[in-house]
Amino acid sequence: MIAVTNVALATITLSGLLCMVRLLRGGSLADRIIALDTLLVVIVSGVGILAARNNSPIFLDMIVLAALLGFVSTVTVARYIEKRGAR
Amino acid sequence: MSPLDVISAALLLAGVALNLLGAVGLNRFDDVFARMHAATKATTLGMVFVLTGAALQMSHLGDAFKMMLVIVPQLITAPVGAHMISRAAYRSGTELSDKTAIDELAEHPHGR
Repeated sequence: MIAVTNVALATITLSGLLCMVRLLRGGSLADRIIALDTLLVVIVSGVGILAARNNSPIFLDMIVLAALLGFVSTVTVARYIEKRGAR
Repeated sequence: MSPLDVISAALLLAGVALNLLGAVGLNRFDDVFARMHAATKATTLGMVFVLTGAALQMSHLGDAFKMMLVIVPQLITAPVGAHMISRAAYRSGTELSDKTAIDELAEHPHGR
């Protein structure tokens, strides 16, 4: 099980880096927001794997909050983009 | 590796692979709206698989339910967030990529 979570965590890190590439290269503001939202979901998955690996319930509260905060921030920035324009 | 471990390992790897596909799709598509597909659909389903696999590993049932508490709101909120972002991007004038065949929303009276 440890080997599986090792491989899983390595892949999660890779997808996190790919999200950061889009974040830095992002065309418009909307691209950056999508990259950030995806990065957050990837991090939530990574922490889920860590929770499974250490079999410890400490991580779980953070995941619930992170997922909800991700949604709230996406909606807030969407409202901001609508007024300002996503150059 | 008990059968439960095998199932959760498979779920974990499938979810992680989906997350990777979502991140790769985020970089390969060429306009905001195409990237939206990869970013929200693949990573959300990947997260569902990963957390289900992790829930199987948990010793207490309460922890597994807490993971479900992450999955269900994410499944509800991901489409809403994606829709709001793409509508805001479209309304504020993000240009579509040249590969776009038709833009049905353009003829709509208050599309732009």
